[in-house]
Order: sequence, then C-alpha cells, then structure tokens
Amino acid sequence: MPVERIEGHRTGRTAEESREEFERGLLMTTLDKAVGWARKQSMWPVTFGLACCAIEMMATGAGDYDLSRWGMELFRASPRQADLMIVAGRVSQKMAPVLRTIYDQMPEPKWVISMGVCASAGGMFTNYAVVQGVDTIVPVDIYVPGCPPKPEMLMYGILRLHEKVRTEGRFK
Amino acid sequence: MTAGRARGDLGTDERVTEIDELSVASTHEIRQETMVINMGPQHPSTHGVLRLLLELDGETVLSGEPIVGYLHTGIEKNTEYRTWQQGVTYVTRADYLSPFFNEVGYCLAVEKLLGIEAPPRAQVLRVLFCEMNRIASHLVWLATSGMELGAVSVMLYGFREREQILDIFEAATGLRMNHAYVRIGGVVMDLPEGGEGRIVEFLDMMPGRIDEYERLLTKNPIWIQRNVGIGALPAADALALGVTGPTLRAAGVPLDVRRDEPYCGYETYEFDVVTRDAADCFARYEVRIEEMRQSLRIVEQCLDRLREPGPVMVEDPKVRWPAQLEVGPDGIGNSQRYIEHIMEESMEALIHHFKMVTEGVSVPPGEVYVPVESPRGELGFYVVSDGGNKPYRVRMRDPSFANLQAVSQMVEGGLVADVIAVIASLDPVLGGVDR
Amino acid sequence: MNVAELAERVRARVPDVAVARGEATVLVERDRLIETLGTLRDDEELRLDFLSSVTATDWPGREPRFRVVYELSSTEHHHRLRVKVGLPEDDPHVPSVTGLFPTANWHERETYDFYGVVFDGHPNLRRILLPDGWEGWPLRKTEELGGVDTRYHGAFIPPVDRRTT
Repeated sequence: MPVERIEGHRTGRTAEESREEFERGLLMTTLDKAVGWARKQSMWPVTFGLACCAIEMMATGAGDYDLSRWGMELFRASPRQADLMIVAGRVSQKMAPVLRTIYDQMPEPKWVISMGVCASAGGMFTNYAVVQGVDTIVPVDIYVPGCPPKPEMLMYGILRLHEKVRTEGRFK
Repeated sequence: MTAGRARGDLGTDERVTEIDELSVASTHEIRQETMVINMGPQHPSTHGVLRLLLELDGETVLSGEPIVGYLHTGIEKNTEYRTWQQGVTYVTRADYLSPFFNEVGYCLAVEKLLGIEAPPRAQVLRVLFCEMNRIASHLVWLATSGMELGAVSVMLYGFREREQILDIFEAATGLRMNHAYVRIGGVVMDLPEGGEGRIVEFLDMMPGRIDEYERLLTKNPIWIQRNVGIGALPAADALALGVTGPTLRAAGVPLDVRRDEPYCGYETYEFDVVTRDAADCFARYEVRIEEMRQSLRIVEQCLDRLREPGPVMVEDPKVRWPAQLEVGPDGIGNSQRYIEHIMEESMEALIHHFKMVTEGVSVPPGEVYVPVESPRGELGFYVVSDGGNKPYRVRMRDPSFANLQAVSQMVEGGLVADVIAVIASLDPVLGGVDR
Repeated sequence: MNVAELAERVRARVPDVAVARGEATVLVERDRLIETLGTLRDDEELRLDFLSSVTATDWPGREPRFRVVYELSSTEHHHRLRVKVGLPEDDPHVPSVTGLFPTANWHERETYDFYGVVFDGHPNLRRILLPDGWEGWPLRKTEELGGVDTRYHGAFIPPVDRRTT
C-alpha cells in the first residue's frame, strides 16, 4: 500500500511543489512571512475535548507524543487566549450552540481542526443526536479522520495546518 | 436628610450625633445576593462536557446541580438499527475510557440470550484485557485529577504508563481505544506473537510506578489538604443514590460485581475487594490506587492460564464471526487462508460468510440484564430481543449516570475548589452518562 | 437464594412471576407498584434494596404499549429481580419511585426524555439528555433515527433506518 512521503519542510508536497509555493510566496511581503511564521510557531489550542478523541488529544499533549515541541502544550481554557480550536469528539445537538459561542469568543486569527470522523462528518452516529459534521457550524481548516485518530495522525494534521498558516497571507 | 452638611466633617460629638440616621441605617442593609454561576460545559476541570449550575455565597457553594446531555449520541437508538455484531462498535464508544467493559457486558448479555458461552481461553482474554483497561482508566483518572488539583506532573506520568498499556492493546486488537475486540461468542483474535512477553514486561514495571505515584501524592500535605474530609458521602446515602464502584467502596461497603455476581470466571481468580472507611476524596484515591495493584494480580493469574492454547471463538457457525484475522504482508488484517477458502474452495462457506456479514446472528426473543464491574461501578446491560437479527432495545445502565446524582449532596457547603476535587474523585465519564 | 427460591418467595407476595435464563421477572399493576416495591424491599429474605436502573421498552401495536422496567438487586443476598409495569398508549403515567429509591430521579427523567412516560410525583420531571426544547420522544419505535442521507460522487445512500439492505 503506497504511503505518502512527506518531502520538503513538513509540507506533504514534493520538492518541486515546495519550490513553486515558495516562488508564489515571493509575492508575499517579508512582513507576511514573518507574521505567518510567528502565528504557527506557538498556536495555543482551546480545551474543546468532548469524547474519545479528547483522550487521544490529551495523549498527544502528554509525554510520549509531545505537542510541546511546537509550543502547543498549553491548552488555554479561555477562548479569549487561544487561536486554535481542535474539536475533538462527537458534537451533540445540545453542545452545538456552545461550540459556536466558544468559536465566536476566540479572537482573530483563529483556525479550527476537526478531529475524528464524528466531528468531521458525524462519524458512525448518523442519527438525531449528533451534528453531522462541525463544518455546518464553524469553518474548518483541517479535517483529521480516524476513530479516534492516533496521536501521530493528529500531529500530521497540526503540521499541515502550520504549513497552511505559514504560507497564507496576513489577511485571510 | 439635611442638605448642605459638609461630608466627612466629624468634628465635635455634637456633630456626630447629628449624622443622619437614615444614612447609618442604610449601611446596615447591605444587599446580599447569591451568585448563580455556570461551570462548564467547556471547562478544563470538569471531566468532559459536564455543566454544573452552582449557587454561590462568596466562595461557599450553596447548591450544585449537574446538567448533563451535552454528549448525548443516541447510541441506544442506533443499536436498534444495526445488527447484533455491529452493536459492539456502538456500545464500546459509550464509556470511552473503559471500552472493553462495554463490549464484555454487551456480549455477555447477548450470549445469555443465545444460551451460549464463550470458550475458556476467550474468557481469560476478556478478563486480561478488562483488568488492563481498569488500570488504564484509573491512570487517566489519576492523571486528570492530579492536573485539576494542581499536580501537573502526575498528568504526564499517568499518560506515560497508559501509553504502555495502549501499545499492548494496539498490538492485540489493532486500535488504541474503542477496539471492537470482544465479540459475541468470544474474542476476535488471540494474542499476537510476543504478546505475553510484552505483558510480562509491563507487569514487571508497573508496581514500581504505582509506588512512585504513592510517594508523590499520598503523604503530600497539599494533596491531603485538598482531599481529606472533602466530599463526604456516607454509605447509606451512597446506596440510596445508586452509587457503585470505588466511591461506594471508599465508604466501607464491599460491593463488587466481580465478587457478588461473578462473570467470565472471576470466581476462580484471587483478588481483594478494596474498601476504606473515610468516604471522602482521599479514601477514593486510596481505593483506586490499591485497585490498580489488585488488577495487576489478576493479570498475572491470567497469563498463567494462557499457557495452554485453545479456541477464542465459539464453534457454532451460526454465531461465530467468520475470520481469524492476521496481518498480511500488505499491512492489512485479513485472513488469507480464510479468503482462499471462501473464494476458491467452498461455495457454501462463501454464502454463509455473506449471510453472517449482512444479516448477522439471530437471537431468540427475551430479555436479560447483565452487570459487569467497570472502573466506575456497576455497568449493566439490559438487552431485549424480539427474535430478529437486530436488537430490540439495548439499555446501558452506566455507573457514572447514577454516580453523578451524588454530586449535589457532596458539594453542598464546600468551597468552589472542592467542587473540582469532588468531581475528580467521582471519576465520571460523560460518554457513559450521556450515551 | 437461587432463582427458583427467589421466584417462589416473590410469588407469595405478587402472583405474576416468570423465570427465564436464570432471571426472575415480575409483572405488576401500576396502582400497586409503590406498595410492591416497598414490600420487596422490606422482606427479610428478599431485601431488594438497590435499584440499578429504570427504563422502558416500546411495543407499538401491542397492548400495553410501554413497559417500564425496574432492575432491583439485594446488597445483602446478591440476587436480582426485574419488575415490569405495563402502560397503555393513551395514558403513559406511572407513579414515581423516588420516594423509595432516590436514585430513580435521573433514571426516570431519562425514561421520560426518551419515551414520554410521565412519572407522577417526580420532583423534577424535565428532559435530561436532549436539549430542553426538543420535540418528540426519540426512542419510541415510531420515531425515525434521524440520520441524513449521504450523497457522494453520484451515489446516494439513505440513512440507516431507511435502507433496505
């Protein structure tokens, strides 16, 4: 089974594609690049662990798979101090307004990772009680499938998000 | 009120007595209100999406009402639309920190309805994985409680040990959490090559680690101050409120489903039912630490019994799940032998496999209630069948659902910080509460 | 005591006892529910003093439609008994047992939430797991599962309860 190789600087693109991206990025000003680099360097997630994926998220933050390598071990409880929301777990209909409130309380710039299939698409729970994908409520940047995704999968999703943040301009 | 008087001009006694009586009286009628504060559902210290409505008088809690339902997933309704085998994958995600217990309870209930029993080796494997799951769940409890009460390093240690256990789970079942390993009629596959060796290594390492936690916490003055005497729940109240598990045993009541209504051969294992008398948060901490040691004892006894080989799934073709999985050269778990058999050798086997996978097992009509002892208490499965290939009703009596009712009583009169200690010591898992 | 003895002892108090698969089940009229549960709790041989769960099952098309199921156990003797009450469709009321067993509080709220069975005398009968303004009683067999259809690259898959395979 072919395995995707990550080439280039943690980008998931080949060397040529990275070069093209970089050249396109020459249009970005130095300020944009600096801002992009700074934003991705220590993105603080808000604690939004809901169900089983939350345990895997905590395991990713713990010692064996260390999120501290990217400055992200500090899960802020207050959304006002966070810039990343990892929606980890199934979102029930009762929780949906709370999710939106927390998202609205986060200041710009903010990103959302939808972790696990339940958050991405409702998962195995195609029923009355679960929101079929949080992208119906908040805009999602990265979807990480899995039930639950292994910590390595979540880390890969976070790194792709970092690349996305690093290469996008200041104004989203 | 006489106007024009200079404020703060308290010169002679004569002047003081002329101070307006109304203004003096109004300083005695300071309006006092109690605050109603919402804690959760998004909160770093409630174990999951629990919402607490606290009525506070300053820092003292007058009343605390837990409001649940923020993780309601409709598991029970969903099982009515899937086959009996698929029910395992739904039920295992309810109480997500103890997936093996959910699976074992459900499968025992369905096996009781079918009137079959899993082979002895499968029962030993069930006990083995359940006890390791108990240790893993208690480690998460220790990690999160420690972190919530301020002992952040315990979080890292707890998860470090848990990773060892999850590695073993992954090697045996393919998943770190929510394994659909226990199936109707047995377990889906045997231990892998070297599996016993890894468990033996784990057994050698773990008691020393538990001693480490005790050295860090048990005599720690801060831990003692935050836990001793907090959240008292005496035995009579606990029983009336339907509380089971370590919370009840910390109040001195030695109720343990493994001892009282044994399943999967628990009557043949030697272990102690751990109780304490103080019924406070510290007693619950002690009970869980000791339970981890007792679980290690049981795991050792399981390994002894696994020396002889044997089948891990019943032979009855109408019930057994059709493949013994192996990891093939392409990294995917399929049984090449079995695929050869159904595709090339036998047409009946192919038809049978097809029917088993699409239709599933047919369970005779009836109802059963099977309790198992999960790390949080009595986890009961009330399963009703109407004779078809789908469950008619699967009701999970989750221990955290009943345990959480005790929160109102335990937090009354305490401080806000004690609310956190109380909830941490109850160890609720909202997935089970809300299902 | 084993199941047969338990059934005999219970039969002396309440006639309608059935034993199957090693478990004893008692069928009670709803007017006699509180009285029966009290007797079962106070009898020295039975001592069924722990209520594990309260739930209901829905049998649309049958009379009575709802069956409320109480799982009792004894902390002393470690035996179990199931008590069932049948409720008609047009009048799903049953007295609440929170006076005898405070633990029934949330269990009865959940049964109300899922089935619409009203427990008279319950101190706080509101929805517990579903949002407050939810309409309908989702676990009734006449209610749909509520999934969404999936459309993907020209394929259409209806939700689980409407699939024919």
